[in-house]
Amino acid sequence: MGNGTSIGRVRALGSAHEGTHHWWHQRLTAAANLFLMTWFLISIARLPGYDWTTVSGWMQSAWVAIPMILLIASVFYHARLGLQVLIEDYAHSENRYVLMILLNAFVIVGAAIGIFSVLSIAFTGASA
Amino acid sequence: MASASPHTRPLSPHLTAWKWGANMLVSILHRVTGDGMALVGTVLIVWWLAALSGGSASYAAFMNVFTLHTGALNVIGYIVGIGLTLCFFQHLASGIRHFILDVGAGYELKANRRYSILTIVFSILATAAFWAYLIWGK
Repeated sequence: MGNGTSIGRVRALGSAHEGTHHWWHQRLTAAANLFLMTWFLISIARLPGYDWTTVSGWMQSAWVAIPMILLIASVFYHARLGLQVLIEDYAHSENRYVLMILLNAFVIVGAAIGIFSVLSIAFTGASA
Repeated sequence: MASASPHTRPLSPHLTAWKWGANMLVSILHRVTGDGMALVGTVLIVWWLAALSGGSASYAAFMNVFTLHTGALNVIGYIVGIGLTLCFFQHLASGIRHFILDVGAGYELKANRRYSILTIVFSILATAAFWAYLIWGK
């Protein structure tokens, strides 16, 4: 890589017009996932039961619903970054653009359903 | 993203040319477990949340796939549950290994190999401990 123009050196961006944001966001969401998933697994393990009443009652608490929403956002973002690398490494023809669009659709739709479900349980108490 | 490349470009024989080591195994395990969870784990957690918000009937339909009538996990429940937790703990441990490598540490041959093996030891022990607690600890 050349030294670029002086403004390019200041911005630390090359001709791709982007820098290390993929790498950096992968690390940031990895750290967030480390905390959120540890909380999630311990909470799941410590639930007194796994019937609908117990689990939905647990999810109605703000102390559960808010971390769950943050978990979905962080995990889906991290999953998207990881699957992007998979596509870039193994899909070499034009279909990589199709796969990237499908990937974006997959994580956006998935996260939207997940977050809506948590909000729905938290706000309406999820009717039996 | 680089532009699409022609099919005729030669590929590196990276999987067959080298003697396998712990670092190579952990590297590919990190990708397999991460992308596995990204494809299967995300669908499962959204299915679980949607079924939970849909009410007791839809939640029961979800649980019936993974549990027996007694409420205990069935074969699918154990395979998916243990598989995903093993993937999670392996990805967590090799992810922490990546954080260590990111700061420039752990590149010496012996240390690199030791950290790689440790991630596998950790993931097996953590999975065993998690399921031991779920099955006998409650």
